[in-house]
Amino acid sequence: MTQVPPSPPGSTRPALVLKDVTKRYGGVVAARALRLEAGPGELLTLIGPSGCGKSTTLRLVAGLERPDEGTICIVDEVVADRRHWQPPERRRVGLVFQDHALFPHLTVAKNIAFGLDKLPRAERSRRVGEVLDMVRLGHLASRYPHELSGGEQQRVALARALAPKPAVVLLDEPFSNLDDNLRTKVRADTVAVLREAGTTAMLVTHDQTEALTVGDRVVVMRDGEIEQADTPERVFESPATRFVASFMGEADFLPARVRNALLTCEIGVVSTVPGWTTGWDVDVVLRPHEVALAVDPDSAARVVAVEYHGAFVLHTVVLGSGSTLRSWQPHAVRHPIGTPVTVSVVPGITPTLLIGDTAVTAPPL
Amino acid sequence: MSRPAVLVRERASAVRPSPAAYSGRPWWSLFTVGIAVLVATPVVAVVIDAVRQAASPDLPRGLGAMVLTTLLLMVGVGVGTLVIGGGLAWLVTAYRFPLRDALAWLLVLPLAMPAYILGFVFLSAFDVSGPVQQMLRSVFGTDVWIPDVASLPGAILVMSLTLYPYVYLLTRAALVEQAPGTYDAARTLGASRSRVLWRVLLPLARPSLAAALALVMMETLTDFATVQYFNVRTVSVGVYLVWKGSFDFGSATQLSALVLLFAVAVLAGERLLRGRARYHQRPGRGHGLQPEQLSGRRAAGATAVCMAVLGAGFAVPVLQLLFWAVGDAITDPASLWDPRFADYLTNSVVVALVTAAVCVLLSLMMGHGLRLGGGWFVRAAAQLTTFGYAVPGAVVGIGVLLAFVALDRTLEALGVAGGTGLLVTGSVVGILYAYVVRFLAPAYQAVDASFAKVSPTMTMSAMSLGAKPRRILRQVHVPLVRPGVAVALVLVMIDAIKELPIVLLLRPFGFTTVSVWVYELASENFWEKAALPALVIVAVATVPVFFLFRHVRLIDTAHEVG
Repeated sequence: MTQVPPSPPGSTRPALVLKDVTKRYGGVVAARALRLEAGPGELLTLIGPSGCGKSTTLRLVAGLERPDEGTICIVDEVVADRRHWQPPERRRVGLVFQDHALFPHLTVAKNIAFGLDKLPRAERSRRVGEVLDMVRLGHLASRYPHELSGGEQQRVALARALAPKPAVVLLDEPFSNLDDNLRTKVRADTVAVLREAGTTAMLVTHDQTEALTVGDRVVVMRDGEIEQADTPERVFESPATRFVASFMGEADFLPARVRNALLTCEIGVVSTVPGWTTGWDVDVVLRPHEVALAVDPDSAARVVAVEYHGAFVLHTVVLGSGSTLRSWQPHAVRHPIGTPVTVSVVPGITPTLLIGDTAVTAPPL
Repeated sequence: MSRPAVLVRERASAVRPSPAAYSGRPWWSLFTVGIAVLVATPVVAVVIDAVRQAASPDLPRGLGAMVLTTLLLMVGVGVGTLVIGGGLAWLVTAYRFPLRDALAWLLVLPLAMPAYILGFVFLSAFDVSGPVQQMLRSVFGTDVWIPDVASLPGAILVMSLTLYPYVYLLTRAALVEQAPGTYDAARTLGASRSRVLWRVLLPLARPSLAAALALVMMETLTDFATVQYFNVRTVSVGVYLVWKGSFDFGSATQLSALVLLFAVAVLAGERLLRGRARYHQRPGRGHGLQPEQLSGRRAAGATAVCMAVLGAGFAVPVLQLLFWAVGDAITDPASLWDPRFADYLTNSVVVALVTAAVCVLLSLMMGHGLRLGGGWFVRAAAQLTTFGYAVPGAVVGIGVLLAFVALDRTLEALGVAGGTGLLVTGSVVGILYAYVVRFLAPAYQAVDASFAKVSPTMTMSAMSLGAKPRRILRQVHVPLVRPGVAVALVLVMIDAIKELPIVLLLRPFGFTTVSVWVYELASENFWEKAALPALVIVAVATVPVFFLFRHVRLIDTAHEVG
């Protein structure tokens, strides 16, 4: 796997392409017609609830599963389709697992050298030193895995996967075994190393914050299908579906109706919708930071719960109709339970609109 | 070994639930299926042959009595081991008394005493010409009524004394390892200790008890020499006697099929008894069952009961064997240098070594093959290879003979004059084959247990790092499952050295092992001559018991910590 030179810098050939990839287990479709591309050096995060197919996707790319339909290419080479099949050891793919999967009977250096057996000895030890420096663990080369901390084991696993210069590195929930306070640090280190190595990477996670902070693009999956694959900003601010809206961060939904190019709902006009004809029924996606509160004794809406989160205070409000909205307030603002409030949308926000479960930007034809 | 072992244990919890299910490697899958076919062949041969003859049954006379005897023996030994093993387990777990800590693990020792050795020591002491009866007659006169010792109850007693440790071990594990929280909850709900035992602990221990009973019954069914000393004609003995008496394949095969039915019934019974219960409890927090201090007469009684069982099952017979062996060495020093002894011992050890090596090698390949994937069919094939252990030796022997006869016919039909010739009857190949069929199960289970502790992600990582299957086997799997390999080697060797009916059925002319020698000498009442080889077998069989000691001690420490 080291024979093929890495893509030249500036190349725009995708490092990884999935074309209509489908995988079934018995009657269950674990992955349905997946289409995905990852550019060179790009870091994708895969997120979704358990059983959504994110791990299956990773296994398909690694060659641990064979797709029933579709094509997988790694840097211009077809590794799986109807006729071709490359087993994992012939693909230029590196793997990092949650349990790190270091070989317990080998030292750190030998773990890293495991994938370099085709290199001449001198070159092998040079490469081992190189990646050990990259993860700043040069001083631990002769230790055994069980003598390392969790964070160090994770870095060794990453170094081992990077050593043979794979075209794609796949990381399967690599941080979920680590303590909360350690995780942020290890995550930042890992991303830095991946950036330095310039490798394309795909990281599976179940942590929304992780997916948004780490990924160049976030791939949200559900029931074996990709719901949205886009930049973190777009995924959070313009979710493509109702599921993405509620899964990636908190969201409440209010029914609204178009009237004279204005979108009106229970809390009033939330947006202008030029080009829409009167009468359309939609759902408005409102995130807590987009909802403003003001005390108003005449209002039918009441604060029903107040949660202190430190910097912010989360207020839950029940509207007259019984619908619930949540609102982030600065930490000094705290409306007691039962306070009557009027609710509005923070100025400058263009909320996402849903028809059915799909987001729309223009009136349907 | 210790370093990876420690880590392997830690890793066990990180193992993902789903095994690697990636598209398998055809050659490795084929290999596993091949082994399964090889192991299944003798048993399948017996079944096919029996079914073919079902139209014209050719069963020996006295079959009904044979079946009844077998049933009585199995039930009797089952009850006996339950009482002795279960009772002792409760005693050492629930109470403290003098010597309890030492006795807790010493009580496993009778497992090292093959029933056919305890059997002849027992007979020599209690039979008509034995010292006990002589003494009774000299005290009470010659017409005192003494029950016949060489009988079904005698056999049940002897076999219960050697087999109870299975029940003892599994019951103790169940009593101690059941979540202590459950025990604490029951106690805080107001249940007394004995009520908790009957209403909570025993129902929870049911799967373990079922497994232990199944083991005991299998061993009883397989036994061959003990029952003959005691004139108990079971179906397993029947197979051998019919074959050796008349070389009549027909009835031997049909009897073998009958023995197989018994084995299947035992396995089905275990499933039934276990029910749908799957009590995999995690050792949680809590005190659990804490031993209660006994004092005075009750403490002395508890110690005495344990000592009595240990004495009858192990200490006294070993002393008796030592006494005989030493006495024999003094009266007839030349017997110590009997060249036959060295010869037979070499036979035993060589056959055992080769069997162990082959079994471990096959187990490694299967475990590795499964790791590379292949789906349910390959997994089923691997599971099939473990069935041989449940098949009594005599049946495996007949099956191997049948299989080779079929092979001979095929070869001759293909034009190979003489077929396999003397390959089977003239060499130990037949014995080795039968041994592998019978002992692949313990080897595979030990190796597989080690494989289970190796996270599938380890295999996947190795693959993604460019290692081909053979390199993964050599550099990743073999080093990581070494503990299981060691256990497998030892277990198979010991089983092979103790094995009797297979050698008797399949040995080439003039080939004798230590176990056969003991059996022959004891059958002819040469107790003193049989003592030394018997001691050798007991010594060898003690080795795996030391593995168990460690297990018992682990239970104990888990217990004390709570």
